[in-house]
Amino acid sequence: MITMTVNGEEQSLDVDPNMPLLWALRENLALTGTKFGCGLAQCGACTVHLNGTPIRSCVTPVVAAQGGAVTTIEGLGNADGTMHPVQAAWLVEQAPQCGYCQSGQIMSAVALLEQNPNPDDAAINAAMSGNICRCGMYGRIRKAIKRAASDQAMVGIYDPSKVSQGEEVDHG
Amino acid sequence: MADFGKITRRAFIGTSAVVGGGGLILGVALRRGDRREQVADMVAEDGEQMLNMWIKIDEAGQITAILPHSEMGQGAQTVLAQMLADEMDADWQDVSFVEAPVDDEYANGILGQGFMLGDAKVPSILIPTVAGVFHQAAKALIQQITGGSLSIRTTGVYGMRVAGAAAREMLLKAAAGLWQVPESELVAANSRVSHKASNRSASYGELATAAARFEPSPTPTLKDPSQFTLMGTDVPRRDLPSKVNGSAQFGIDAQVPGMRYAALKAAPVFGAQVARFDDSAARQRPGVSDVLSLGDAVVVVAEGYWQAEQALTDVQIEWTATDNDTASSTQFSEKFRSDLAAANRGEAVTGADREVGDSVAAFESAAQVLEATYEVPFLAHACMEPMNATARFADGQCEVWVGAQNPLGYRNEVAAALELENEQVTIHQHFMGGGFGRRATGDVAVQAARIARATGTPVKLIWSRAQDMQHDIYRPATVSQFRAALDADGQLIGWDNVFHEKHEPAEAPLIPYSVAAQTIRYTDSPTHVPFGPWRSVDHSQHGFFTEAFLDEVAAAAARDPYEMRREMLANKPRHRQLLDEVADKAGWGQPMAAGQGRGISLQESFGTLVAQVVEVSLKDGKIGVDRVVCAVDAGFAVSPNGLAAQMESGIIYGLSAAMYGEITVADGAVQQTAFHDYPVVRMNDAPAIEIHIVNSDAPWGGAGEPGTPGIAPALANAIYAATGTRVRQLPVSQYDFEYRIEEQEELI
Repeated sequence: MITMTVNGEEQSLDVDPNMPLLWALRENLALTGTKFGCGLAQCGACTVHLNGTPIRSCVTPVVAAQGGAVTTIEGLGNADGTMHPVQAAWLVEQAPQCGYCQSGQIMSAVALLEQNPNPDDAAINAAMSGNICRCGMYGRIRKAIKRAASDQAMVGIYDPSKVSQGEEVDHG
Repeated sequence: MADFGKITRRAFIGTSAVVGGGGLILGVALRRGDRREQVADMVAEDGEQMLNMWIKIDEAGQITAILPHSEMGQGAQTVLAQMLADEMDADWQDVSFVEAPVDDEYANGILGQGFMLGDAKVPSILIPTVAGVFHQAAKALIQQITGGSLSIRTTGVYGMRVAGAAAREMLLKAAAGLWQVPESELVAANSRVSHKASNRSASYGELATAAARFEPSPTPTLKDPSQFTLMGTDVPRRDLPSKVNGSAQFGIDAQVPGMRYAALKAAPVFGAQVARFDDSAARQRPGVSDVLSLGDAVVVVAEGYWQAEQALTDVQIEWTATDNDTASSTQFSEKFRSDLAAANRGEAVTGADREVGDSVAAFESAAQVLEATYEVPFLAHACMEPMNATARFADGQCEVWVGAQNPLGYRNEVAAALELENEQVTIHQHFMGGGFGRRATGDVAVQAARIARATGTPVKLIWSRAQDMQHDIYRPATVSQFRAALDADGQLIGWDNVFHEKHEPAEAPLIPYSVAAQTIRYTDSPTHVPFGPWRSVDHSQHGFFTEAFLDEVAAAAARDPYEMRREMLANKPRHRQLLDEVADKAGWGQPMAAGQGRGISLQESFGTLVAQVVEVSLKDGKIGVDRVVCAVDAGFAVSPNGLAAQMESGIIYGLSAAMYGEITVADGAVQQTAFHDYPVVRMNDAPAIEIHIVNSDAPWGGAGEPGTPGIAPALANAIYAATGTRVRQLPVSQYDFEYRIEEQEELI
């Protein structure tokens, strides 16, 4: 039995310890926001945080998370139901297209900003080049990261209904 | 007879037999009808009124658009609803949308026909219509296609705008009847009808029941662009909130009670079959419940996907021998060239796209003749979401959960494969993690359905990345040969082109420039590799071929490539204006440092013009793409930010192919397996992209594909400017720019 915290909840999993964490999340815990892209740590679609560090869950055995804390895209929002500022910035920039890679992109970006609150282009390249976007939204993702970085005041004040009305979010 | 354009010889979508009956389509199309009765059971809840088959409204005034297009990243659903809401004078906050049921009633096959024809030649009899006419013509081709950059320019223009305007007329009629006032005194705005003189006003919700009693007009009055309130503005995409919090449901996320997971290995050589297999070791693996052959593939079914995938490696499989077991890309390339050589001798020419002027005389009188051979490889789509489908088969009914670019086509494919009636198959449509043409074909849905029937268990089939890469339906590898005749003044007087792989759109090999003598012909040179639509289809090859060779012509004439293009567009002011726009915005002609270069291209595809300037620099023998400036004229940008996003996306997709994309064949099988041997552009090599939108008065064009074809030639032309090397074969990554490659010109 493997135990870990996933998005703040204790979980016990009766699975092969060598099974990649990705499949435990998707199949055993029904957290399908984390995506399968290649199974080889080449595309980043499966990125989650393990004890605050971004990892490729498709090549990380579930046993590596034993006793650890896993955060997935589903656990990123604030406790009061508002979005994480990176998610909000993603919407302001209209960054996703098909959206399949975006859970991984956002998890990588959140980890980057936690390490480096004001990343330059080189830092963004270093942190984000492991995440492929076949819709090619790299320019928008870069802008969204800079928006989230420059405006930490977006934390908690983001109101998605404003975005759906096509208004600029007030950055206070 | 309405103009359906030329029907090309090979139809990617597999409905050529139906398309061939153009008379049939028109015959059916002439029947009119209000289809609300037929569709209400499927789409309307209690308390909801259908104003026509594309719009329902409830008593609280919530308006729902029913859209016959799927979502694979392009964002067209929001824009289609925007078009409908604008013509309806609905408040955008009252409008939502659902994807149309996967049912014959919501077929959009007429669009599929446009897709196959390369450009939507919608017969005038169909313009504009709401339900009956459009619907009946569509139904003749029982498809529900999202492709061909068609959603906005056909369903939007001929469907959603008309549906919205017709609904508005019905609401006005309802108010006029209720208040006994002339319709001409009524104003519709923000989901309300008002009568100023009597100070009366009613919401659309209040008027819905009365309005629904009228028959929708097939020819309502549409707005002039000056009256648009939503079209031409940016509204946020409605699908994006779910795509930033992980809740968006893609096909791979489907959950069916009791479902198991399947992993599959298909015959490496296309056309081979399973000769025999030994599953004894695999069946010892934990969680494995079934190992079976699908004829051309072996499948393991297990409790979890990882278990199935692990066990699959234990299955010993022997494949049957085929005639293609030694086929290779090198052989293909030689065959393409020898078949083109035969065509150049006048043998086996299978068709011509253009034969104007006196080519023989042009080349005889030429002061200079230029020749070049261009070649591009097979390409995979490499969607982020690997191919997958989930199926359940019970009591003679088959259900499939999948993301499809053509859900009705999938239904028909599954029904045909399982020998069921169409009505016995239900498709549950999902978001697609990329499509790009790959998800127009339902091969994986058929496999999942067959596994579910064979095992009696609901099954989610997921292809590994390697299966996805090695069993794609590829963009065909193609060779194209050119000759250009220049007179003593450096004017281009003859253009001679022969190529193979003639598919759609028919006009892809044509050039927009005025050249007196043009011969553009093609032949066949088939391989055993499956091929199909890949973002921009034939434009993906010919855009590179024609615009890169034209750059060679300009260099041979000692002309500036922008100026020379411009001069040959004297009769095409729209093209010329866009070329000027991109040159101006890019700073064309401004000096660059040694090792840097600028290249330009102009492309017309899917009704949209795109001009691009690429800037590159040579660093440590490698090409870096620094900047792409793109000007786009889609007639009218219904969603400017959406159009810009599609250009950015098309450019990066085309740049990945131009820089790195190459599927090679050895021993009859595809060699690439994942992103290490099929690299794509990543954040660190993505250029800065600037999009400049020009609205002309041209008919509205497409957005999803037109950004793709022009990036490769602009890149190749920039590389020539920077290095002096002509890139005539893609991808660029095979060139070593530290040493100048001296290519031997082939005589053709």
